[in-house]
Amino acid sequence: MNFKNLWAGLTKSLLHESDHEATNRYRILRRNIFILMILITIMPLIIMAVIYQHEYHSSIKKEIVIPMQTLTHKAKHSFELFFEERLSVIRFIAASYSFEELSDQKTLNRIFKALMDEYCCLIDLGLINKKGIQLSYAGPYDFLGKDYSEQKWFQEVVVKGNYISNVFMGYRKFPHVAVAAARRTEDGSALILRTTLDTSRFDDIIASMGLNPESDAFLINRSGIIQTSSRFYGEILDHCPLSFPRGNYEPIVSEVRDPQGRDILIAFAPFSTSDYALVLVKPKSDVLHTWHTLRSKMLFIFISSVVLIILVVFKLTDTLVKRVKEADEKRELTYREFQHTHKLSSIGRLAAGVAHEINNPMAIINEKAGLMKDLVAYDSNFQNKEKFLGLTDSILKSVERCSAITHRLLGFARRMEIQLVELDLNELIQETLSFLEKEALYRNIELILHLADNLPRISSDRGQMQQVFLNIINNALAAVEDEGQIVITSWEEDSDTVGVSIQDNGSGMSEEILKSIFDPFFSTKQENGTGLGLAITYGIVKKMGGDIKVKSKQREGTIFSVYLPQKAKIGPGE
Amino acid sequence: MEGMKILLVDDEEEFVKTLSERIEIRGLKADVALSGEQALKAMDENLPDVIVLDLKMPGMDGMEILRRTKKAHPEIQVVMLTGHGSEKDENEARRLGVFEYLHKPVDLESLLRTVTNAYKNKFKSSMVAVSFA
Repeated sequence: MNFKNLWAGLTKSLLHESDHEATNRYRILRRNIFILMILITIMPLIIMAVIYQHEYHSSIKKEIVIPMQTLTHKAKHSFELFFEERLSVIRFIAASYSFEELSDQKTLNRIFKALMDEYCCLIDLGLINKKGIQLSYAGPYDFLGKDYSEQKWFQEVVVKGNYISNVFMGYRKFPHVAVAAARRTEDGSALILRTTLDTSRFDDIIASMGLNPESDAFLINRSGIIQTSSRFYGEILDHCPLSFPRGNYEPIVSEVRDPQGRDILIAFAPFSTSDYALVLVKPKSDVLHTWHTLRSKMLFIFISSVVLIILVVFKLTDTLVKRVKEADEKRELTYREFQHTHKLSSIGRLAAGVAHEINNPMAIINEKAGLMKDLVAYDSNFQNKEKFLGLTDSILKSVERCSAITHRLLGFARRMEIQLVELDLNELIQETLSFLEKEALYRNIELILHLADNLPRISSDRGQMQQVFLNIINNALAAVEDEGQIVITSWEEDSDTVGVSIQDNGSGMSEEILKSIFDPFFSTKQENGTGLGLAITYGIVKKMGGDIKVKSKQREGTIFSVYLPQKAKIGPGE
Repeated sequence: MEGMKILLVDDEEEFVKTLSERIEIRGLKADVALSGEQALKAMDENLPDVIVLDLKMPGMDGMEILRRTKKAHPEIQVVMLTGHGSEKDENEARRLGVFEYLHKPVDLESLLRTVTNAYKNKFKSSMVAVSFA
């Protein structure tokens, strides 16, 4: 396949597809451009938004987690200090006093009173011997002689040296914590000091954390029993419904959903010296409030920019496709015109060549037949004279007909040659009409002239201009019914163009016919037309640098508009 | 038009011989030349009054003969009779002083009318020439 074929195929596909296909093609083009533009504009935006959201989310979380850890750590420390203080003081007492002194109720009372002055929250103080029997007691209850030997804490304190109990309800139904320390005496027996603390101090420490009403902080023990009252997760000694990460002495922050269905952040800090762990709970919604406002702002910006992009892309695509379509149409038109002019000129050349070649043999036939006729005519004795003369006459008539055809063809070719004169178009139109007035009169067709006064004279070829208007007006006459109407208008289009329109109210033409009316040998008049009239007209007007436009509606009529330059710009001729 | 001498010049022998025969049937004298060279030779021997000249011929073409004839014998009337010929040729021929420019095929009667007119024109123009002299 050579380039020429390829080009022909391409232009064919471009120019001869049906309107439906063309519309479809532009629709697909529009869709593809639209999708592509949306993708390349919105995709990076989406990716950026997702990354940004992710990064910001994790950094905000870090910002929240660290203060929670710090706060928990500090509070845990306060608790541990509180216990350590109490433990150390009773350890000190156990070390400073002898077993006998402490067994003395009076001495113990004195020590307890001094302790009460120095340290808060002490409820009682008692001495227990190695058998687990309470030997002396200072405090509000009567625990003297009580046997602790079977209790678990007693065994623990004997082994470990000190002990901090879980919270328990005392006799007065108050939450208490017991703290005990053991000392081995010189004689090998053990003395154990035990003091009970009230837990009001715990609440103070938690209050000092300065939590907002949505947050919560409390102590629990290793088996998940709540040790200080919680805002949301139960009273003292209830089982805590939350679960916690295990094993680490540093505060750990985790995300869970609590039984109320709130998403919460939990900081969990187990105590190193005792069974307790401090729990800090903050609702996520509260914590992430700033994040949420930021996210909604981001979402708003994202959505509005997407909407804006879609609108702009839509408009842009529309304009773009329209431009492409216009360019295509323009190109198609130019191509058609080019094709047409080309066709006309080749036909002109062909016609001239054929006419010339045929004229010579035609002349011979003409002379031979003429001679035969002469011979017969001058011979008085010729048999079948009449018949013979008839035959030769018929030959001569046929020759005449052929010659008329070749002359017309030559004329067609010759119309490509131009002689410029200055002429008045109005006058020319009236002159042309004079050839046709009889037919119009006979058929009762109304001829209306709207000719502009002071129409500029144009420089053009008189004969060819006559041909142009004769052809168009003739067609108009053929198109209208009897008693129809033809309106001829002339005007000055612009400073160097003159326009003439010929409008009829005849049968009009279909789109299909309209496309081909300027093609040579295209005729709707069957045997009455050569199909050359409008082709010649078109050729002449184009050659003069003018233009013809046709508008037609079936059953309503046709309007031919001829635009002629005031000074003919002669196009490339034959 | 007794005594009018016509010279028919055409390379198409069938055409030109038949034409001459038909003219002679009508009592006129018509010589035949089949090329430009023959035509010039015939003119040297016997000066015609009217030449009927074909345009396209092998060798010397009609336009050249017209040019030479008008140069040597401007009073000789030339009628161009051609199957070819564009408007350009016609204009050129008229510029060179052709009496008439006709297209083949032509009706004999109208050809003879033109030739007769040309013959009359010869005397008119020669009379003008004489009065100038």
